[in-house]
Amino acid sequence: MSGILVVLEQWEGRVRRVGLEACATAVRLGHGPVSAVAFGAGAEAVAEAVGGLGVEELLVLPDTPFDRYSSDAFAEAVAEIVRQGEPSLVLFGATAFGKDLAPRVSGLLKAGLASDVTGIDPDGDDVAITRPVYAGKALQRVRIVGTPKLVSLRPNVQPVGAGGGPVARVSRPAVEVGAPRAVVTGTERNDETVELTEASRIVSGGRGMKASENFRLLDELAAVLGAAVGSSRPVADEGWVPHSYHVGQTGKVVSPDLYVAVGISGAIQHVAGISNSKCIVAINNDPDAPIFKVANYGVVGDLFQVVPALTAALKAHLDAS
Amino acid sequence: MKIAVLVKQVPDTATRIQLASDGSGINTAGIKWVLNPYDEFAIEEALKLRDQHSGEVVLVSFGPARVEEAIRQGLAMGADRAIWVSDDGVADVDYLGRAQILVAALSQEADWDLVLVGKQAVDDDAAQTGPLVAALLDWPQAMVVLGLTVDAAGRRITATRELEGATETVELTLPAVLGAQRGLNVPRYPTLPNIMKAKRKEVRHTSAADLGLDGAQLTADRRVVVEGYQLPPPRPEPKVLTGDPAEAAATLVKLLHNEAQIL
Ligand SMILES: Cc1cc2nc3c(=O)[nH]c(=O)nc-3n(C[C@H](O)[C@H](O)[C@H](O)COP(=O)(O)OP(=O)(O)OC[C@H]3O[C@@H](n4cnc5c(N)ncnc54)[C@H](O)[C@@H]3O)c2cc1C
Ligand SMILES: Nc1ncnc2c1ncn2[C@@H]1O[C@H](COP(=O)(O)O)[C@@H](O)[C@H]1O
Repeated sequence: MSGILVVLEQWEGRVRRVGLEACATAVRLGHGPVSAVAFGAGAEAVAEAVGGLGVEELLVLPDTPFDRYSSDAFAEAVAEIVRQGEPSLVLFGATAFGKDLAPRVSGLLKAGLASDVTGIDPDGDDVAITRPVYAGKALQRVRIVGTPKLVSLRPNVQPVGAGGGPVARVSRPAVEVGAPRAVVTGTERNDETVELTEASRIVSGGRGMKASENFRLLDELAAVLGAAVGSSRPVADEGWVPHSYHVGQTGKVVSPDLYVAVGISGAIQHVAGISNSKCIVAINNDPDAPIFKVANYGVVGDLFQVVPALTAALKAHLDAS
Repeated sequence: MKIAVLVKQVPDTATRIQLASDGSGINTAGIKWVLNPYDEFAIEEALKLRDQHSGEVVLVSFGPARVEEAIRQGLAMGADRAIWVSDDGVADVDYLGRAQILVAALSQEADWDLVLVGKQAVDDDAAQTGPLVAALLDWPQAMVVLGLTVDAAGRRITATRELEGATETVELTLPAVLGAQRGLNVPRYPTLPNIMKAKRKEVRHTSAADLGLDGAQLTADRRVVVEGYQLPPPRPEPKVLTGDPAEAAATLVKLLHNEAQIL
């Protein structure tokens, strides 16, 4: 194998977007051939998607025990594939799956892992890596010593680009693993809501929303924008929205193209979770609210007037274009 | 059940991070140190399990002398005792080295049923220690846990895990390592009598050398080396609109379209 191995997360033939970001990154690094590994039923189905990005070989482990996630068996399998193929670099997505799996592989192989990486570039035979620490209040430059080097990539940061290459060659590696001791027995997928960490646009509400029912205004704005809805922490703590909406240092760290903060003051813990956003818009009736210091654009005004006006203006813009 | 909770002391989340002048680290002057917020969920869960199944809760922390404050905080919540592994002679270790030290501390005692950690420490944001410790101990693990139940015999755990856009149920055999996520429980506040009691609870002091590990070797064996820190690029001057909401909204849409090129 040598080259770079990408560990994909897939279900029913759908590969999580960060997996495609990892494939594109691996090809961009130019450190030899890129292969990918996918587990579970439907694993072969991702051959076309990853082949188009320049992945040459797709290793699939569709059968028991790999039809259900288990951190121990999956980690053993990845470690075994790495021992057989000796890639210099192994890329994961820093999702719940990758964050569970990658450090376990690191422990099995005694190989260094840089997690939740936002910057990765070739540096001769090596890679130069940056990763946010203190929830993005600082960036850390790290070097991984020895091989393989393990890296998990923060979702929504690396570009994917257009495909068009051939379908990856599919093969089934022979790996033996022990009986899994942590086995997934059920998965409940939320309705078709866009996941915040993968969303390219987010509309978030804070305490300024005043009550749960007022989030309807944000739902309407989000629908026009094609955005996901998030919140500050106190709003989720109050139960106005589910806990999964909570953005910030102790919630989800997001990196959308557009983040609209509505009735959010801009506390340091909230800002920590959004500072990777390409464009931040703040709507707040307090001109001195700290959120305006990190925003690209701000509207000072009553959100109960500004948000409906913005929804209307966006509709008019979209109808005209 | 005999439960260990690994606890880390971190800068308070309200801290404004400043870099040391040579960029080799952060400027720690004036920082308020607290128990990692996710470790509070881990401790709370351990206390609840102890109350249901009896047993004891032992905190384990690796770090400089100041971590005793975080340890006392956990003891004041109700943990029974603690092990503090000092960082004497351990100048600079990576995640693997740190996990080895924590595993060596755990291995001084037998009969652990469960090790609880926070899903992530809010300083290095690594989210590595739980799975690393589990791998080194060869125990199963589940991270980002939102809920858990232990069977009556105390041999199996059913945990629910938060995924992106989904929740997952995992069955694990014990002993195991679990990583606590916000939402798992509501951590209790230490009461004044418990804060007083915590002062008398046992904090056993050990070091990497006591545990048979060579600090210099651990540093030499680092697989992940931090080369330096920098601050994120500053954000551009904001454009702030005031006045009539409808006009401001229309102007904003134009700016997002023409200038930011997002629409
Ligand atoms: C350990 C720790 C971790 C934390 N982690 C997080 C985290 O991850 N995420 C997070 O968000 N917070 C976090 N917090 C909480 C954080 O410190 C703030 O308390 C919180 O972000 C404030 O939420 P908010 O902006 O919604 O509310 P507020 O600070 O109350 O702000 C409400 C804003 O709405 C504006 N407003 C009110 N009415 C209107 C109106 N009619 N029109 C327009 N604007 C209006 C006000 O001017 C104000 O700026 C954490 C705190 C701690 C201690
Ligand atoms: N030095 C340490 N001492 C004890 N526990 C730690 C230490 N570092 C990390 N941990 C535990 O591992 C979790 C995840 O930390 P990290 O891998 O640094 O993100 C923390 O929430 C703690 O439970």
